[in-house]
Amino acid sequence: MTGLSFDVSHLLAGALVLVSFMLLYQTRLFALLNVFALQAVVLSLSVAWQAYVQDAVHLYITAAIAFAFKAIIIPVALHRIIARLGIHRDVENVVGIGPTMLAGLALVALSVVVMLRVASEADALAREDLAFALSVVLLGMLMMVVRRNAVSMVVGFMSLENGLILAAAGAKGMPLVVEIAVAFSVLVALIVIGVFLFRISERFDTVDARALDQFQGERL
Amino acid sequence: MNALPFDGVAAILILPAATAALLALLPSYRLSAAINVVSSLATFVASTSFLFFKPAFGDYFLVDDLNIVFIVLNTFVAFTSSVFSASYIAHELEIGRLTPTHLRFYHAMYQTLLFAMNLALVANNIGLMWVAIEMATLTTVAMVGIYRTSEAIEAAWKYFILGSVGIALALFGTILVYMAARPVVGEGIDGMVWTTLMRRVPEFEPALLNLAFVFLMLGYGTKVGLAPLHAWLPDAHAEGPTPISAVLSGLLLNVALYAVLRFKLLLDANAGAIAPGPLMATLGIVSLIFAAFMLYRRRDIKRLFAFSSIEHMGIIVFAFGIGGPLANFAGLLHMTMHSLTKSAIFFTVGHIAQAKGTQKIADIRGLTVSHPALGWSLVVGVFAIAGLPPLGIFTSEFLVVSSTFARAPWLALLLVFGLLLAFGALVLRLQGMAFGEPSPGDRRSTASSLPIAAHLGLVLVAGLYLPPPLVAWFQHVAAMLR
Repeated sequence: MTGLSFDVSHLLAGALVLVSFMLLYQTRLFALLNVFALQAVVLSLSVAWQAYVQDAVHLYITAAIAFAFKAIIIPVALHRIIARLGIHRDVENVVGIGPTMLAGLALVALSVVVMLRVASEADALAREDLAFALSVVLLGMLMMVVRRNAVSMVVGFMSLENGLILAAAGAKGMPLVVEIAVAFSVLVALIVIGVFLFRISERFDTVDARALDQFQGERL
Repeated sequence: MNALPFDGVAAILILPAATAALLALLPSYRLSAAINVVSSLATFVASTSFLFFKPAFGDYFLVDDLNIVFIVLNTFVAFTSSVFSASYIAHELEIGRLTPTHLRFYHAMYQTLLFAMNLALVANNIGLMWVAIEMATLTTVAMVGIYRTSEAIEAAWKYFILGSVGIALALFGTILVYMAARPVVGEGIDGMVWTTLMRRVPEFEPALLNLAFVFLMLGYGTKVGLAPLHAWLPDAHAEGPTPISAVLSGLLLNVALYAVLRFKLLLDANAGAIAPGPLMATLGIVSLIFAAFMLYRRRDIKRLFAFSSIEHMGIIVFAFGIGGPLANFAGLLHMTMHSLTKSAIFFTVGHIAQAKGTQKIADIRGLTVSHPALGWSLVVGVFAIAGLPPLGIFTSEFLVVSSTFARAPWLALLLVFGLLLAFGALVLRLQGMAFGEPSPGDRRSTASSLPIAAHLGLVLVAGLYLPPPLVAWFQHVAAMLR
């Protein structure tokens, strides 16, 4: 692998982590969706670059799916749902943005330390790619934990999934990447349909501790 | 690439898939229910062919002694659940909780779920297994939310989110396994074929495998319902249709457990990797004790038995975590007995909830008086699940405890403590429900007690006498599991 292709892969994967951080501090839902679309664009570029570098045609399909589905269809659909259902446009955080960012930094540090040590024998690109991917996964999980409303939880899940696609694309020659991307797309599509059909968002908008007791279902 | 090495594999996959497509088109629910039963029976019969003839493995499918146990058990319980489901849904339709359109969807999903579970069990490819388990998750989510009540939707949503995160973690683990395999096995499909991985795993880098196992354990462990990750399980059991509760507890948890076991085997075969046993044993014992305490606080009958499923999955994972021929044997036996007993209990509970029109434990009283057949089935079922002799779970729990005493006496104390705690809670709840003055609000139940009797009968027979071929079989599998 030449120096240039290595650097570009790094740049794109690093950008993905950066956009994950940007997701963490958004306070408006529409802004959140826009940043998510940006993340999907970066992901599809990154996967397409891997396809070019590894000379793997099937990865172009994965990149195309990521671009069409996650950068365009899902954000547009969620925009519409938010407008149609009149969901609160603010992102409600359980934890403040400052502590969240610090926690995010700690998670990235953790994943770098873990992956670089664990995968010391794998080639440098795969290793660092995995470190970035794990960072994105953990940041996505963090977002799901600190957010209250259903839409931002869904965005958190999708960004988590972006990390997985990055990992799968970086694992050279991994079979079934396209299938996995499709499987995930189905999953995400169903979640979004679920948000819309069942209007879960309305209920999760106002989740507080008292309402949660009811959710746990011990109806007296 | 011999994708379909043998008809048996094809049969247990194509039958449910084709039936699902057919049922999605059929408007008549009576016919659908009948087809559902017949197709499930045919799948079960096809799966028993593995007992006599084991097909060769290929890049995608594998049938070995380990998964035959799972497949036969799975298809059998799926068959009996479909019989139960037929009588259950007729009643739901009558009281208007479900419409014929819902039922069409329900039946198609039922068969899709069977397809996904069978696919996960016969997959020789860790990527394919992952896709199948994801599919099984999605279908059950759709079925849990079928009543469209706000509780059901919330249960489905919770299950969806937690299940998806679990599935995502499992995928990351799967990718890590591939990364560990790539330098040794080479690129492409070989790096995901379980039999190939198993052969070459001693050469893999242990550190990467360790990390992969942590992700896989947490990911698939979420689906097994292990304690810190169990939050979806009681809701999903309580709010969905009862046949689905039976299928979740009796089958889907086992499928996830099977995935964990496959990866445990990989780790065991690598000398440098951490031993997966202690991690599994810890999660198992935590689940057992946690669920045992939680049993005391339940007010909803389906939730009660959902927590009991967490408890029993804890025992099973614990047994496999302890390892060794005896504990593995006990784990396998316990898994079989739990599947049979728990689904029988859910069959009974489904009819009880219909007869009484409620799931609240406080409103269900004096069942043995008002509905003798259901009441006594519940008594026997709860005695079985609580581990009283001479029923089968007593045997398996006894084996788990005694093998643990031999290996780690302190853990055995914890185990016994958890078992007694759970026993107390179940008997306490049972007393109010089964005996005393019957509560008002009775409806005649149209229960078909055949599936209940079949399951409990098998559990009783297994408690009294295990046929030697079965014992030999389980011993062989237990030795395979190390």
